[in-house]
Amino acid sequence: MIIVWLILVPLAGGLIAWYSGKRSASLARYISVLTLALMFGLVMKILLQDSAAIGMNIYGPWILEIKQEWIPQIGAGFHLAVDGLNLLLLLLTVFLGFAAVASSWTEIKERVGLFYLMLLWVLAGIIGVFLSMDLFLFYVFWELMLVPMYFLIVLWGHENRRYAAFKFFLFTQAGGLIMLVGVLGLYFIHGRQTGQYTFEYMSLVGTSMGRLTELLLMSCFFIAFAVKLPAVPLHTWLADAHTEAPTAGSVVLAGLLLKTGAYGLIRFALPLFPNASAEVAPGCMVIAVIGVIYGSIMAFAQTDIKRLIAYSSISHMGFVLLGIYAWSEVALQGAIMQIVCHGIATGALFIIAGTIQERTGTRDMGRMGGLWETAPRMGAAALFFALASLGLPGLGNFIGEFMVLLGSYRVNIVITAIGAAGVVSATVYSLWLIQRVFHGRDVNILKGGDLAAREMALMAVMMAALIWLGLFPQQIFNISQPALKNLRVADASSGAEILARKGEGDSRGGNIREGFRQ
Amino acid sequence: MTAVYSEHALVLSVVLFALGLFGVLIRRNIIFILLSIEIMLNAAGLAFVAAGAKWAAADGQVMFIFILAMAAAEVSVGLALALQMHHKLKTLDADSADRMKG
Amino acid sequence: MPEFLWIIPALPFGGFLLLAIAGRRVSKTWVALIGAGSVGLAFAAALSVGISFIGAAPGVNSYVLDLGTWISVNGFTSSFSLYLDALSLVMVLVITFVGFLIHIYSAGFMAGEEDYARFFAYMNLFIGSMLILVLADDLLFLYLGWEGVGLCSYLLIGFWYKDPLNGLAARKAFVVTRIGDTSLSLGLFLLATNLGTLRIQEVMYLAAGRWPVGSGMALAASALLLGGAIGKSAQLPLQTWLPDAMAGPTPVSALIHAATMVTAGVYLIARTHLLFTLAPQVQTAVAVIGALTLVVAGLSAVTQRDIKRVLAYSTISQIGYMFVALGVGAWSAAIFHFMTHAFFKALLFLGAGMVIISVDHEHDMFKMGGLRSQLPAVFWTFLIGACSLSALPFVTAGFYSKELIIYYSLASPLGNRWLWVAGVLGAFITSLYAFRMVFITFFGESRFRVRERPGMIMTVPAAVLAVLSLVAGFIELPASAGKTRIFSTFLSSSLPAITIREAAPGAETALSAFAAIVSLLGIFLAYILFFHRRRYADRLTASRAGRLGHRFLFGGWGFDWLYNAFIVRPFVWIARINKDDFIDLVYLGMLWSGSRLSNILSISQNGKVRTYALGIAFGAVIALAIMVFK
Repeated sequence: MIIVWLILVPLAGGLIAWYSGKRSASLARYISVLTLALMFGLVMKILLQDSAAIGMNIYGPWILEIKQEWIPQIGAGFHLAVDGLNLLLLLLTVFLGFAAVASSWTEIKERVGLFYLMLLWVLAGIIGVFLSMDLFLFYVFWELMLVPMYFLIVLWGHENRRYAAFKFFLFTQAGGLIMLVGVLGLYFIHGRQTGQYTFEYMSLVGTSMGRLTELLLMSCFFIAFAVKLPAVPLHTWLADAHTEAPTAGSVVLAGLLLKTGAYGLIRFALPLFPNASAEVAPGCMVIAVIGVIYGSIMAFAQTDIKRLIAYSSISHMGFVLLGIYAWSEVALQGAIMQIVCHGIATGALFIIAGTIQERTGTRDMGRMGGLWETAPRMGAAALFFALASLGLPGLGNFIGEFMVLLGSYRVNIVITAIGAAGVVSATVYSLWLIQRVFHGRDVNILKGGDLAAREMALMAVMMAALIWLGLFPQQIFNISQPALKNLRVADASSGAEILARKGEGDSRGGNIREGFRQ
Repeated sequence: MTAVYSEHALVLSVVLFALGLFGVLIRRNIIFILLSIEIMLNAAGLAFVAAGAKWAAADGQVMFIFILAMAAAEVSVGLALALQMHHKLKTLDADSADRMKG
Repeated sequence: MPEFLWIIPALPFGGFLLLAIAGRRVSKTWVALIGAGSVGLAFAAALSVGISFIGAAPGVNSYVLDLGTWISVNGFTSSFSLYLDALSLVMVLVITFVGFLIHIYSAGFMAGEEDYARFFAYMNLFIGSMLILVLADDLLFLYLGWEGVGLCSYLLIGFWYKDPLNGLAARKAFVVTRIGDTSLSLGLFLLATNLGTLRIQEVMYLAAGRWPVGSGMALAASALLLGGAIGKSAQLPLQTWLPDAMAGPTPVSALIHAATMVTAGVYLIARTHLLFTLAPQVQTAVAVIGALTLVVAGLSAVTQRDIKRVLAYSTISQIGYMFVALGVGAWSAAIFHFMTHAFFKALLFLGAGMVIISVDHEHDMFKMGGLRSQLPAVFWTFLIGACSLSALPFVTAGFYSKELIIYYSLASPLGNRWLWVAGVLGAFITSLYAFRMVFITFFGESRFRVRERPGMIMTVPAAVLAVLSLVAGFIELPASAGKTRIFSTFLSSSLPAITIREAAPGAETALSAFAAIVSLLGIFLAYILFFHRRRYADRLTASRAGRLGHRFLFGGWGFDWLYNAFIVRPFVWIARINKDDFIDLVYLGMLWSGSRLSNILSISQNGKVRTYALGIAFGAVIALAIMVFK
């Protein structure tokens, strides 16, 4: 039941915040915080109590699950489940939820109650996407999370918000419809084969089909997820949506909504269509490194600070895609790590960009400069997250990128080398951002001073999270490892081979270490 | 007296229908358009009656009763619309009521 | 006591944290105390660890301290582990000691600075990262330190952030070294994938067992590591960032861009030396790169006007010597030269720094002149540094370390006469530019009135380094001068001793004497050109060929121009031209054609009832026709 509460709490909290927002704006804010605190409590309960089951598989593949009939006529069930993979994403959702609420504390002044309603409902939709283990339910949540996001952009966005909101909606909606075709195709093929028409994930995994059919259905799923991820060339909605959205919207978009695409690939596209995925994996890896390089070149060219960060997201999500299609445990762990760390680092950068816009009235970096002098705390925070996004060892993003590249090195060396070069171009645009905004002569554009205590506290928490992830990533790996085993992704033939080879190397390594210690 | 063959009746109904259609297409006055529609409806009714006589079945006449009822309803609605049109546009020219153009 | 090894890097990191959090709230004295104190304590800790390490039971050559697992996924493991042996001990001692002196010096040099705490925080972070770099047992952990020092280099070069040029130099340094780092990280992937471990000692052992000499894997692995080393150590063709890095405060140049960080590449190659012996071609490449670099950078140094840029090119050139030593298998000679170079080059930078603040932050040597009488303490320490740099025979440390390398470049089985020629030529150029610097800055007519002499806090560290620049060489003496081998014997447990080709007795002495004479000739030429007959030098640079040559050398052999024209500008051009994302045009095109189509179709909706009726009639006719004629 606790799983259902994870979705119900934000839905209900949103309604209460909306209702109370009519009386007092700050009441709505506190109710949202309270809602998130409740959600945090629920996730922590799962993490601390129920996750004893993580490594043991006593409840089958899931730590927790709830499975009920929903529309039995068509075989759609209400099946929510938690495993290590989506548990991490839940944690990220709640964490960034806090960040989004905190960052919109002073920014949103109109229709505050409605704003928090939309924000919490987006979170509910995202959580639903992460938890659904029934393809029909998954599709419902997938569409559901778009609507409040659309309103967040169109009601509280910046100058060009209508264009951006429409673009966002059309792209993701088109992707969603294509996915629906894939879902239905899979449903009918499975039903015809077994006589059991169902949308249940666990039953659909392992459906056998012809090569062409599998490729077609896989590409339906892939396109939907690639739009969300986003993969070049389906990325153009992202820059507009991120730029025009209010800060909280950008945080949720970059930190969470993009991750649903990556999650969908890991959870659905690969396990449902293993053969087709293996076949297209090299192509997808090429798309991924194109994204890495293209995103970083685009980021470098931008003058709008939020646009720069948006394009850097494309570059970073390219690493995620690369890790997913490199198809081994090391790479997938790297991809998950990258998902989590990119969410935090980019979320934080968007928050900083939001505060800069709030205090300077512009997002144009050409008009900024020398902010370090008047706002050293803001500068230090921005520098930290810029360093995280350029992959500095010791911070979480490095672990993600390193593991992804290490995993992909086993598959294709050239692609890995290009991906690694992406790290250099990430250095270029990240430092360029710092240079243009914080270094140079002070142009006296900042009004309202340095980060306040509340903002600095938020930044400090996010910094601590990235350092913790960078130095102790093993705790994350331990949570997601059994989930990856269950996904049957990691034991593809090449992975098993590597495993065997590595085992041999390791045992020999152990002996040598003994020798050296003497 | 020569027998009236059903073919004759059908030819007559076709002629009437064509006259009605041309009326609808050519007249601009909305009253005349309504009249022409009435003619088309009756042409269709005549065809039903003729066909019913040919097969010696009552269905044709039943259908004609239906058409009569429907025509009555149509005329009442149509005339009401015509009155409204005259009221709003001060004209009965159908072409001037083109505010819904794309 | 080696189990307290972790304290050594932890101390500067602690200092960094303290300064980062509380630095703005405490007085400058406290900042300096924390900053310099943490490094001083780290030196004390290193000393006591070193003493107990040396005093440990014979046969114990290394010590591994495992601080926990970093990553362990599916057979790939990496851990926070420190490795202490003779090599890392030498590095740690030099880093903490020179670092400590430079921290003290900085307390005086940066005294007028507002952002005092930020400076010391960065410096401490640097020392901590550098110590991780040299102590790490795991290549990934080493990589953490490796990137960490790169970051600090970026932060400190751009310390005076208000001038955009400093920012440019800082970014250039970070990006160019990161190109090398990418190569290093690929090397890490290769080693981890093919050997299953990143622990340096295991990597070397496994590689030696699995890869035959000259095999493709060994070549690829060592070439990729070499790429990283080239970037960090500013060797050809990635040397362009170091001269620009002089934009940072002078203590930074002394610490990072002379004594420690730039020699990280030398350390990396020495640390993984077994991989390089498996790949003789790559090892030869190391020597060739070093030889080319030392000549190229040395010639550029001769033409510079900015005193710090002379020293920067000199650093590139001296690291070239270390690369030559590594390339011919004289591992311990490279480390020996690293140590003496750390002393005398840090000394020269400290001296240059004192000169610069005495003349109101003027960098151009030609505007100084005649400072000998006004700054006697600076002059004498600087002179000692210059002597050591130009390897003045017998009395300086630089002589012993450089002669060793020049000798081995011929005597080693991997050496050849071209390397030797480059080394001797380099020695000549070195003493030429070193004494050009001395004569122009300190002799000649006085052009500047010094208002305030640098205080004790700056002169004392320089004096200590001056003493070391003289005496540090006596722990490794050639056969002709007593044949002491303390240093190489100490290092022999981590770095194999060099084997020397059979040579005629006395050959070493003769070669040393020749090289010594050549470097004295360099000093003599500098005396003629820049002191005694200044007009010769003026006439030389005034001639057409001289002007062209001067410009070419002054600009660093056109490398910057080349990179700008072929890499930077095309990149920026592509980025700028595609700012609005051409892929978006596809979707905008779809949008446009959609609205066009809608416009065309909306013509049919003219709102006239009769037209619609006509449409219905036509439709009915067509439908009937299809039914009838089917």
